[in-house]
Amino acid sequence: MAVDRRIFLQETGKFLILTGVASVAFEHVLAGTAEAAENYHLTDHWWAMAIDIDKCIGCGGCVRACKAENHVPLEPFYFRTWVERYHVKPEDMEHPEVDSPDGGYDGFPERYAQGDGTKNFFVPKLCNHCAHSPCVQVCPVGATFESPDGVVLVDKSYCLGCRYCVQACPYGCRFIDPRTNTVDKCTLCYHRITKGLTTACCEVCPMGARRLGDLKDPKDPIHAFLRDHKIQVLKPQMATGAKVYYNDLDGSVR
Amino acid sequence: MPALDKDKRHLYRLAVLFAAGILAFLGLRAVMVPKGFGRYGFFRAGALTDIRSLPISYAGRAACADCHSDIVDMRKGSLHAQIGCEACHGPLEAHAAAPDTTKPRLPNGRALCLGCHLENVAKPASFPQVDPKEHGDAGPCTSCHNPHHPEIS
Ligand code: HEC
Ligand code: HEC
Ligand code: HEC
Ligand code: HEC
Repeated sequence: MAVDRRIFLQETGKFLILTGVASVAFEHVLAGTAEAAENYHLTDHWWAMAIDIDKCIGCGGCVRACKAENHVPLEPFYFRTWVERYHVKPEDMEHPEVDSPDGGYDGFPERYAQGDGTKNFFVPKLCNHCAHSPCVQVCPVGATFESPDGVVLVDKSYCLGCRYCVQACPYGCRFIDPRTNTVDKCTLCYHRITKGLTTACCEVCPMGARRLGDLKDPKDPIHAFLRDHKIQVLKPQMATGAKVYYNDLDGSVR
Repeated sequence: MPALDKDKRHLYRLAVLFAAGILAFLGLRAVMVPKGFGRYGFFRAGALTDIRSLPISYAGRAACADCHSDIVDMRKGSLHAQIGCEACHGPLEAHAAAPDTTKPRLPNGRALCLGCHLENVAKPASFPQVDPKEHGDAGPCTSCHNPHHPEIS
């Protein structure tokens, strides 16, 4: 039997179409059924945080609440959020003295004197939930990701603990959880904000110095905050699309 | 089926090998790639549900108001009204869910107040701060100030 071009093309065509259909069907079976839809829609939100440095009193309430809510190890070197104290000589902005005793967990014992001609203030820090996050880019397995609603999360069941992301984060917001040997970081209290609650740190902040905001909600007060203040993000030169917006951030803060 | 020409048989063998290879690939992929991976991006979609289902510890001030409206009324007009209940009382979701079985411990007034109001040069100057050596006496702050409405007069 001689195979002419016509038959050859017909047979190959059939083969390609069949394998194609089979693999698409297989994908579908693998993906399973979508989770039951709830009243929280991923595409309706774009989370961010607004921090007003002029209001922070360094009480450490946010640090304690974060550790309690998220079961962060209590050792003083694991934090999802922490507070730094800056002590800046106005004429030497490039060398601020920064301290953060236990991350501010127990507040800040007085170290400086009134009227010594320096500038002193607190800077609360947390994951900036960058829109173009370097930590996500380096993850070799897709265990850390930007969620469709703008939160950088870690899939703990999938993390290898390779520490690439810990190094990649320009803000030092990640650590290895010693209990699981996987990476851990601020989730922006994803388990709370998707239920309509605010984050634990914002819930307890007595001055309202930190506020959760939804940039896709036109009625959210964060829009007024961003409009009415002179806003800066940390390390804007890194172009990470950071979404923690600071009011009155001093140039000495890094 | 006519006997295959010798010069065509190897093509069929190749096709079978090829198909087996594809099947093996799909099989391995099914085992190694978690369910839902790639639905929203390069990650496992189920991770979102996993994280969302974590339990909360802080009930939020709105929850407290449901049962403790007397305290909410007491706080009206005070500068303390803006502070979440759990900033002073600690995480109380367990209490809010079952108030009869979990009784919260009342916070220690003095240490609690000074945690926020102790003088510190790094605090914003407009924030009311006290030096406990000079202000009040050594007793609890709550002997003069109501924690839910601390303004005197
Ligand atoms: C479902 C109703 C309910 C909710 C919600 C609730 N509580 Fe209570 N709470 C009670 C009851 C009932 C008692 C017991 C009152 C008593 O024994 O006099 C109580 C007692 C307390 C006490 C101790 C009073 C004492 O004298 O020892 C505190 C403090 C308290 N609640 C704070 C809170 C806070 C803060 C929240 C919000 C997180 C909250 N409660 C939410 C019902 C509630
Ligand atoms: C500034 C800190 C602070 C805040 C904010 C606060 N409390 Fe209290 N609360 C206290 C302290 C301190 C006591 C203990 C008073 C005492 O020892 O007499 C107390 C006592 C209570 C009691 C016991 C009964 C009583 O009247 O003394 C209840 C109930 C209570 N708080 C509920 C609330 C609720 C509900 C809120 C939020 C609407 C709230 N508290 C906010 C500090 C606070
Ligand atoms: C979680 C932090 C926090 C705690 C704890 C706290 N306060 Fe306050 N307090 C504040 C804030 C915030 C204000 C409002 C300051 C402002 O808006 O300028 C305030 C205001 C006050 C004022 C009014 C000052 C004025 O300018 O009139 C008094 C008095 C006061 N607190 C006393 C107390 C006492 C007494 C306690 C302990 C029972 C206490 N506070 C516990 C945060 C706290
Ligand atoms: C002996 C009673 C008494 C005791 C005890 C007391 N205070 Fe006061 N406190 C006052 C009075 C009176 C004022 C002035 C009230 C006013 O001006 O409205 C005041 C004012 C304040 C203010 C506002 C200061 C400002 O600059 O506006 C704060 C904050 C404060 N007290 C915190 C505390 C703390 C914290 C404690 C516990 C360490 C405490 N108080 C203990 C009586 C007392």
